Amino acid sequence: MNIVVCLKQVPDTETKIQINQGKDGISEEGVKFVINPYDEYAIEESLRIKEKFGGEVTILCLGPERVTESIRTALAMGADKAVHLCDPAFEKLDSYSTAKALSMALKNIPFDIILTGKQGVDYDNSQVFSVLAEILNIPQVSVVVGLEISDDKTKAIAKREIEAGGIEIVETSLPVIIAAQKGLNEPRYASLPGIMKAKKKEIKNLTLSDLGIPVDELRNKIKLINFGFPPPREAGKIIQGEAIEVAVELAKILHQEEKII
Amino acid sequence: MANEVWVIAEQRDGKLKKVSFEILSCARKIADKLKVQLGAILLGDKVECLANVLGYYGTDKVFLCDSEILKNYSNEGYSQVIADFVKEHKPKILLGPSTAMGKDLLPRVAAKLGTGLASDCITLDIDSNGNLLLKRPIYAGKVIVDVFIDSSPQMASIRPNVLVMASPDESRRTEIIKSEVRISTEGIRAKVKEIVKSAGEKVDLTEAKVIVSGGRAMKGSENFKILEELACSFGEGATVGASRAAVDSGFAPHDMQVGQTGKVVNPEVYIACGISGAIQHLAGMQTSKCIIAINKDPEAPIFQKANYGIVGDLFQIVPLLAQEIKKTKAGN
Ligand SMILES: Cc1cc2nc3c(=O)[nH]c(=O)nc-3n(C[C@H](O)[C@H](O)[C@H](O)COP(=O)(O)OP(=O)(O)OC[C@H]3O[C@@H](n4cnc5c(N)ncnc54)[C@H](O)[C@@H]3O)c2cc1C
Ligand SMILES: Nc1ncnc2c1ncn2[C@@H]1O[C@H](COP(=O)(O)O)[C@@H](O)[C@H]1O
Repeated sequence: MNIVVCLKQVPDTETKIQINQGKDGISEEGVKFVINPYDEYAIEESLRIKEKFGGEVTILCLGPERVTESIRTALAMGADKAVHLCDPAFEKLDSYSTAKALSMALKNIPFDIILTGKQGVDYDNSQVFSVLAEILNIPQVSVVVGLEISDDKTKAIAKREIEAGGIEIVETSLPVIIAAQKGLNEPRYASLPGIMKAKKKEIKNLTLSDLGIPVDELRNKIKLINFGFPPPREAGKIIQGEAIEVAVELAKILHQEEKII
Repeated sequence: MANEVWVIAEQRDGKLKKVSFEILSCARKIADKLKVQLGAILLGDKVECLANVLGYYGTDKVFLCDSEILKNYSNEGYSQVIADFVKEHKPKILLGPSTAMGKDLLPRVAAKLGTGLASDCITLDIDSNGNLLLKRPIYAGKVIVDVFIDSSPQMASIRPNVLVMASPDESRRTEIIKSEVRISTEGIRAKVKEIVKSAGEKVDLTEAKVIVSGGRAMKGSENFKILEELACSFGEGATVGASRAAVDSGFAPHDMQVGQTGKVVNPEVYIACGISGAIQHLAGMQTSKCIIAINKDPEAPIFQKANYGIVGDLFQIVPLLAQEIKKTKAGN
C-alpha cells in the first residue's frame, strides 16, 4: 500500500496567541510549533496500515523551514520518507491554494490512501482534505474514528462521527482521503532508534517551480484581516454560602436575571 | 435571475435543522438589502413536504432534488447536485451550516465551483458593494478575524446557535423548482451503509442551549448521572459535555469533549463542574453566554471566565441545583 499523510505544523494548543503588527497574522515569536494534533492520528493510522499490508508511508507537508522538525518527528514515529513543499510563494496560502499545491506534488507520489487530520487547530478550516479530494477526483470520508481496509485492498469501511454522538458507517473504494478524528487510535511516541533512523530518511524539498504551477493559480480566494481578540470575559460574581443556599440563589438568578428557566 | 442569495438547507431523517432557519432568517435580510430573491437548496428522499416550511422563514424559491439516491448524505452526491444547481442559476451568495454535514460538504462544493469558502462564521452581513461581511473565530476562538472572499460565488458556512431565528410566517408561500438527479448510485464511491445513533435522543453539543460539563473531578462515568439530571432539569435543548481529562480517563466518550480538540460550543448556559479551566478547554466554551463554574478550588482559572462562580463540592451542589431548578420551573 502506498500511503500518504498530509501533515501541518501548528502552534502548540498551550500557546497564548499574540497578534502581529499588521493585524493580518499571529506573532510567531516564542511560539512552540508542533504537529497538528489530528495529524498525529493520521500518522499513527498510516503506520498501522503499513504494518498490516506492507508498503510505504510518505509524509507530505507544505510549510516554511521550521516544519522540518515536525517532519522528522513523523519520520521518527515510523514514516518512510517525506516531501516538503517549501517556497516563499507558499506562505499564507488559503485552504484552496494549499490543496492545489499538494495535489500538484501528488502527481509524482503514488497513493492508495491519503490520511489527513480532520482540522488544523490553527485556522480551524477543515477544508484541505475536501478540496484535495475534489481536485484528485477521489472520494473522502472525514471525522473518521474507525477504519478497516478490505484484504484485497480495494475497499475500506470508515466510521465517521456525526452530530449528537451518531456514527455513519461509510463504505468507500480506494484510493480515498480519510480525515482523522480523535478516537481513531492512540498515536505512538517516537522511539530512540526511530529518532536515530529518521535522521537518515529522505526529505525531498519542492519549490513552486518544481511543482510547475503558475503563481497566479495560487492566488488566495479567502483573505483574513483585522485579527483581534474576542471581548474579554470579566470574572463575575462568586456565590457564597451553604450548598443549599447557593443552589437556591443560583436557581433564582437563572430564573430572574438570565431568564433561562 | 442571477445575484440571488442561496442557503443550503440541512435536513436529517426528514427533519429540518434549526440552523437552516437561523441562516435563512439572516439571509432574508441580506436578500432584501440587495433587492434579490432568496433561494434554498433542499436535498433528500421524500422531503418535498419540507419546502413550504423553508418558505415560512423567508425563502422565495426552493431548489429541490428529491431522490432515493439522496436519502443518506453522501459527500459526492450532495456536492454534485448543489454544484449543478449553482452552475445553472448562478447565485451571488451561497450559505450553509457549519455542522457535521456542512463541514464535510461545503468545502467540496466550493472546490467544484472553484471558489473560496469562509468556514465556521459567527456573524453574517453585507456591505454596500454586495460583499459579505463575516467574522470567524480561529485558534479555537482565541482570535477573531474578518473574512474577505475574493471569488465568486461568495460562500460561507455559519455556526449553529449564532444567528437569531425569525418567527415563522405560515402564510408565506415559496416556489418549488425541481431537478432530476443526474448522478447514479455507481457515481457515488463513498456510501453510507448504516447510521448508528447514540442511545437516547441526545442534543448535539454545538446546538445545545444548556451544557453541563464534568471534569476529572467526576471520578467515574457513573457519576455523570448527576450531570444528566441537572441538564434534564432545564428541559429540552440541554445536554452533557466533558473535559479532555474526563474523556481520557474514560468517564465520557470523546464525542462529548469540549475544547480546542473537541467541540467548540456556544450555549446560553455552560455549567463547568470540577473543571479547572485549562486554556484548551476555555477555547472551546468561552463564547457561551453565561458561564457557571462549580469548583472546590477558589484559585481555579475557570473562575476568571465565569459569570457565576461557586466554590464548593460539586457532588453536593449539583443535585441540589437540579432540585431547585425543578422547583423554580414548577413554580412558574
Ligand atoms: C494538544 C492538547 C489538546 C487539548 N485539548 C483539550 C480539549 O479540547 N478540551 C479539554 O478540556 N482539555 C484539553 N486539553 C487538556 C487540558 O490541558 C487540561 O489537561 C484538561 O482540560 C483538564 O481537565 P479538567 O479540568 O477536567 O482536570 P483538572 O485540570 O485536573 O481539574 C479538575 C478540577 O476539579 C476540581 N475538583 C476536584 N474535586 C472537586 C469536587 N469534588 N468538586 C468540585 N471541584 C472539584 C479541582 O479543583 C480542579 O480544578 C488538551 C491538552 C493538549 C496538550
Ligand atoms: N500546509 C499543509 N501541508 C500538509 N497538509 C496540510 C496542510 N494544511 C492542511 N493540511 C492537512 O489538511 C488537514 C485539515 O487542515 P485544514 O483544512 O487547514 O483545517 C490537516 O489536518 C492536514 O492533514
